[in-house]
Amino acid sequence: MKILVTVKEVATVEDEFEIEGTEIAQQYLGADLNEWDDYAIEEAVQLQEDGIADEVVTVTIGPEDCEQTIRQALAKGADRAVRVWDDALEDVDLLDVNAKTEILSAVIEEEDPDLVLSGVQAGDDSFAATGVSVAENIGFQWGAVVNHLEHDLDDGIASVRRELEGGVEELTDIELPAVLTIQTGINEPRYASLRGIRQAQQKPMDVKALADIGVDESTIETELELTDMYEPESESDVTTWEGSADETASELGELLRDKGVAQ
Amino acid sequence: MTDVLAVADHRRGELRDVSYEIITAGRQLADETGGDLHLAVISGTVDEFADKLNREGVDAIHTVSHGEEFNHDVYSQAITQLYDDLAPQFVVTPNSVNGLDYAPAIANELDLPIVTDTVDLETDGETLIATREMYGGKVETTNELEGDAIVTIRGAEWPAAEGTGDAAIEAFDADIDEDAVGSTVTGFEEVGGGDVDISEAELLVSIGRGIEEEENLDLIRDLADALDATLSSSRPIVDNGWLPKNRQVGQSGKVVTPDVYIAIGISGAVQHVAGMKGSDTIVAINTDPNAPIMDIADYAIVDDLFDVVPELIEEFEG
Ligand SMILES: Cc1cc2nc3c(=O)[nH]c(=O)nc-3n(C[C@H](O)[C@H](O)[C@H](O)COP(=O)(O)OP(=O)(O)OC[C@H]3O[C@@H](n4cnc5c(N)ncnc54)[C@H](O)[C@@H]3O)c2cc1C
Repeated sequence: MKILVTVKEVATVEDEFEIEGTEIAQQYLGADLNEWDDYAIEEAVQLQEDGIADEVVTVTIGPEDCEQTIRQALAKGADRAVRVWDDALEDVDLLDVNAKTEILSAVIEEEDPDLVLSGVQAGDDSFAATGVSVAENIGFQWGAVVNHLEHDLDDGIASVRRELEGGVEELTDIELPAVLTIQTGINEPRYASLRGIRQAQQKPMDVKALADIGVDESTIETELELTDMYEPESESDVTTWEGSADETASELGELLRDKGVAQ
Repeated sequence: MTDVLAVADHRRGELRDVSYEIITAGRQLADETGGDLHLAVISGTVDEFADKLNREGVDAIHTVSHGEEFNHDVYSQAITQLYDDLAPQFVVTPNSVNGLDYAPAIANELDLPIVTDTVDLETDGETLIATREMYGGKVETTNELEGDAIVTIRGAEWPAAEGTGDAAIEAFDADIDEDAVGSTVTGFEEVGGGDVDISEAELLVSIGRGIEEEENLDLIRDLADALDATLSSSRPIVDNGWLPKNRQVGQSGKVVTPDVYIAIGISGAVQHVAGMKGSDTIVAINTDPNAPIMDIADYAIVDDLFDVVPELIEEFEG
């Protein structure tokens, strides 16, 4: 069985930051492997270790800068990576769900996996929609917000748990091929070993432009346009205690005594 | 004049709160476009649900009786057929776990743009301006799109619709192709039971990713002991296996309403806040003065938890 994992490098923001136009100023941004994708990679690697998957391929939409982040997935055990980037994507502020769907679908159709794992959402733009959208687009089945997957996919069925609200889990059988969006907590993502990190440098990373995967530039024109970004207006009237840790702790102590919840 | 189609959410025989909120959001959009608000109620005891949802502002309710529980293939088929029939400009669904299991699929099937997890919506009948957060709530953005669209709304952002409506309730004869249904729900399970019930506590000491290492949790345990408080946490602490699931506060954990909730090293992501915003008094201890938790906190200490918590323990241990 072949598994494809969608991997995104997400932008992280420092505590104090400034906004320039519709973006956070570059100097306040960092980069990291998307938290949810880390769990998806781990699940795929475990399926490989259990002898269920024979190949794990990652696919990413992103510029060359993100290769280091993608190598983390290779260091953890994925076999090879596909990275799609194009000049046409350079100036897009926000790649909407439809555009991502077109690109990822083209790669999936080329790779022809049995199972696609994606994260529930990306930690930066948090659309939480791409996995399901891709599934519909390529005629795969799907399940959103999966926090358990039985490692017994022989009969062409993925038995999963979907994490609903309020501590309720839904047990669902999904026909393969399928896209599952993976929730944090499904497993314990490993740290890459030194050996893994060394090996990752040798693993193949195919870089593809839109034309290489047969995607026409016009189909990735995003329909959703980001028009403004600002810090949310605080509706709160929070009282911030000032002073040393010793002073603020005694303010809090007083409050707890006043409220009668601690002595 | 363009219409709005909103979709209700229910589970195991109960309508979820967001089903009433979506009426308010849908009505607002319909007023702005000058059209009607249609509501779709799919699967389960649809007639009973339709009666409950017949509140002020709903023009028509379409019931699709098929199966008991949510199935994304049934929802997708029913909603795309309703879309073809009613030709609404906007289809509005909850940004719930189930909403996210079908809304992106219908957007793709209908070849429409989708904007998820919106907290504010505005339209002049042409352009939709959707407000949503990015970077875990650190910033808000506005996003514009033209024409028809699928929109998911965040829970608890719009008030629940009230009153009694005079909507026309009609059964919609959806043509559900069973062969296209590729997944089957086999059951449900409640998780997070066990020895403690954090929703009963008067004082919660709640810890988040700011604690960094499992070993450091002892500091917070000591604090909970000194205050005679109950220990709870945000999700990453439970995901890491440092505390059991029954300690998790939030959308997928427990909803708590203590007299005082002390959030330590917790940023205040929407899914966390969903579980604790009903607390009487909220105190945040966080190094980041801009963390979203500050928006709902009553009191804050902007400082390092590793400096403040030992002082607080000392304060109570004497
Ligand atoms: C479908 C779904 C369901 C979810 N359900 C839940 C849920 O039920 N409950 C839940 O909690 N989350 C849930 N989440 C996850 C949620 O989106 C956040 O990822 C999570 O709440 C973040 O936890 P946190 O605040 O502890 O960590 P972070 O967001 O990483 O915040 C850590 C905070 O600690 C502060 N900090 C760091 N070091 C220190 C220090 N030394 N002293 C003081 N402060 C410090 C930082 O400034 C930061 O604000 C869900 C997500 C999804 C997609």
